[in-house]
Amino acid sequence: MEKLLQMKGITKRFGDITANDRIDFELNKGEIHGLLGENGAGKTTLMNILYGLYTPDEGEIYINGAKVEIKSPHDAIKLGISMVHQNFKLIQSHTVIENVALGLKDTNFFYPNRQIEKEIRTFSEKYNFKIDPNVPVWQLSAGEKQRVEIIKAFCRKARIFILDEPTTMLTPNETRDLFRLLKFLREEGISVILITHKLDEVMNICDRVTVLRGGKKVGTIDIDRVDKDDLARMMFGQDIILKEREEYSISFDEDIVLEVRDLTVFSDKGLPAVKDISFDIHRGEILGIAGVSGNGQRELIEAITGLRKVARGSIKILGEDVTNVGTKEILNKGVAHIPEERMRVGVIPSMSLEENIILRSYDKSPFSNGILLDYSVISEYAKELISRYKISALDEKIPAGTLSGGNIQKLILARELSISPVLIIASHPTQGLDIRSTQQIHELLLRKKEEGCAILLVSEDLQELMDLSDRIAVMFNGTIRGIIDIDRASIEEIGSLMVGV
Amino acid sequence: MLKRYKNIGLSFLVIFLGLFAIYLVSSVRPDIMFRSIALSAFGSIYGLTETLTKSIPLMLCGLGLSLSFRSSVWNIGAEGQLLMGAVGATWIALYIMPNAPKFLLIPAMFLVGAICGGMWALIPAVLKVKFNLNEIIVSLMLNYIAIEFVNYLVYGPWKSPYEWGFPYSTKFPESAQLPRILDTRVHYPTLILALILAVILYIILYRSKLGYEIRVIGDSIDAARYAGLDIHRVVFLVLLLGGGLAGLAGVGEVAGIHHRLRVASGISSGYGYTAVIVAWLGRLNPLLIVLVSFLFGGLLVGGDAIQVSLGLPGSTINFINGLILIFVLVQGFSKTRFSTIKRRGGK
Repeated sequence: MEKLLQMKGITKRFGDITANDRIDFELNKGEIHGLLGENGAGKTTLMNILYGLYTPDEGEIYINGAKVEIKSPHDAIKLGISMVHQNFKLIQSHTVIENVALGLKDTNFFYPNRQIEKEIRTFSEKYNFKIDPNVPVWQLSAGEKQRVEIIKAFCRKARIFILDEPTTMLTPNETRDLFRLLKFLREEGISVILITHKLDEVMNICDRVTVLRGGKKVGTIDIDRVDKDDLARMMFGQDIILKEREEYSISFDEDIVLEVRDLTVFSDKGLPAVKDISFDIHRGEILGIAGVSGNGQRELIEAITGLRKVARGSIKILGEDVTNVGTKEILNKGVAHIPEERMRVGVIPSMSLEENIILRSYDKSPFSNGILLDYSVISEYAKELISRYKISALDEKIPAGTLSGGNIQKLILARELSISPVLIIASHPTQGLDIRSTQQIHELLLRKKEEGCAILLVSEDLQELMDLSDRIAVMFNGTIRGIIDIDRASIEEIGSLMVGV
Repeated sequence: MLKRYKNIGLSFLVIFLGLFAIYLVSSVRPDIMFRSIALSAFGSIYGLTETLTKSIPLMLCGLGLSLSFRSSVWNIGAEGQLLMGAVGATWIALYIMPNAPKFLLIPAMFLVGAICGGMWALIPAVLKVKFNLNEIIVSLMLNYIAIEFVNYLVYGPWKSPYEWGFPYSTKFPESAQLPRILDTRVHYPTLILALILAVILYIILYRSKLGYEIRVIGDSIDAARYAGLDIHRVVFLVLLLGGGLAGLAGVGEVAGIHHRLRVASGISSGYGYTAVIVAWLGRLNPLLIVLVSFLFGGLLVGGDAIQVSLGLPGSTINFINGLILIFVLVQGFSKTRFSTIKRRGGK
């Protein structure tokens, strides 16, 4: 096999985080090569380096045996590398032809459109798929837009196609068409790198697969020599172990705090994102939701907290129906919500700590008399919470945006947990935080559990889920693929449910 | 605090640059023009009272706009809201209760004027909340409708038979005319009203529940949603209040100065638009807006004066205003990043 591309010892650091740690990657001519890993494993970083969006801190890249410097996408395109991003880089109001023409060098001076139109037509006839070169891009479906990106790359005479999670936006039929097209490209001698976390896709179409985990390469392997379980094990590793759990009793009494029945919720695009989900959370129980992000977790949380309309089904809190009653009312039932995007949603960065702390209770006594706010009471209250939750801050008047990520998260927890909640919805509560803050937040959640709170914990961190949860529900493609008691849960089982095996 | 004054200073620097550009085309030296503006606006008792007179509508409109701008609701319709307030006051004074005693008629005019301005501002509010229409476009377009509506009234149904064919309504009865300070045009009841409202708005914005909601929504609509704030209610309230304040300005103009309804351009020389600049330059702080309106009132007076004394075109001052607006908009963009300095009490 002819080696088309070699990346040697690629290292990329972002601050303290090493996104790529001495990764070697090889690509043969005319192969479809899967790049597999969880979110945050470093797949996209590696490919962004290849495409010139990032410069590596260490490492070298060779194409056809010759060392190359890729400083920008421009360099990459010149070397025959093309990347199809998850969110397409097309100009919506321009036609397919105009989008393809953009960036092409050797077009005719006169009537360049005709030449490109002919190329598009030849391409689509040859590979047997339909596209109208004269419609504006905004009228196209996601699958069609993707095809335009591929045609663009093809017309630029790219030899290496990088596809970043190409099937997330596609229907099953479109996925099948895409794979057919990729196989055609392979026959033309074009090499394809498929970034994905879906095992089915890798098994279906790839010749070889490289697995990354936590910024490191686990291995490259021929697809004939592995099955899905092997790949799941490579992806999630076996180094995740069950922590001793004696200190926190897992027995909980039978009161149901949150009852979700046949819940269906639509995404922003109007597609079902949560499909007929049912589950309960009891007093003193932590239910973990595992899953690769984008499988309906966000919509589920938004539905429970009243931020998104419930299409079908019901949500009850302590036996009371709260389906579509509005966020305020739901929160007032004693629901604490630790949102995923803490900077954008969880705090108002420009406002002071004290004003952030009263975000949920500003309209209640003793902070408000109905019209005015009592800032001396608010200030006292804020000071108390800041010291009780060990938030490092000069005083309660500084803007929340000046705090570190860990302190912002503690601020949110202080606000949310101080209302004595019955139900806590925690979404990725420790994402991006250092170990110390992570531990503090875990302790806070476990203490609340002991006090009898029901907790819904959504996380992508399997270790965190295993450490904290009593049961783990795995979400895949809008459904719950199984709820497993922690005693019987194995990382392999959860891992394979997560990727839809 | 210092920073805000610095911003104001910088804005005036931009004005001077504009003056220099004017010098290039008109060969009026900027220092002479500026001295002429400053002297005419602030250099005599008469100038000061005129400046004060013009600052009243700027103050009221600017205060009203500051509430909606603070909650990131972009009301550009103060001009139209002002005119509708003037229409409401005229309607009361001439057609509903012309024979009422002063102590009833004046409050009624202010009340109805505020309601008319508020209702005019509710149109963009309803369209925004119900149909997600952009309030900038709607409120701006409503200005033109209000202008033509006023013009229709004074050329049509409300045209006075006693005014030699001028497009004027009948003169208000004496009981509908606001008292002034001596022989100036300073209709002080409106000025006092504006100053009281500035203090009230300051308290609302930085000390009240509603003000807290306004600031949360303005700074992070996502956080507001997450906390379950009733965003629609706040959008309605800020537009209603803002329109009401602009409406009061309109009442002041017809009841305090003209004593009749005139063509729209006679009632307001673009106060509603200048107020946008005033609100931003006042960093959306009600107390600072009072100060900035006085400076801009002076600019308008100076603009009139340089037409006469230096023969510069009347649009010169619009040119300067335009320059300031650009500068303020640039500040507006950076404001979102630096608004952390603005906390309650303006510390």
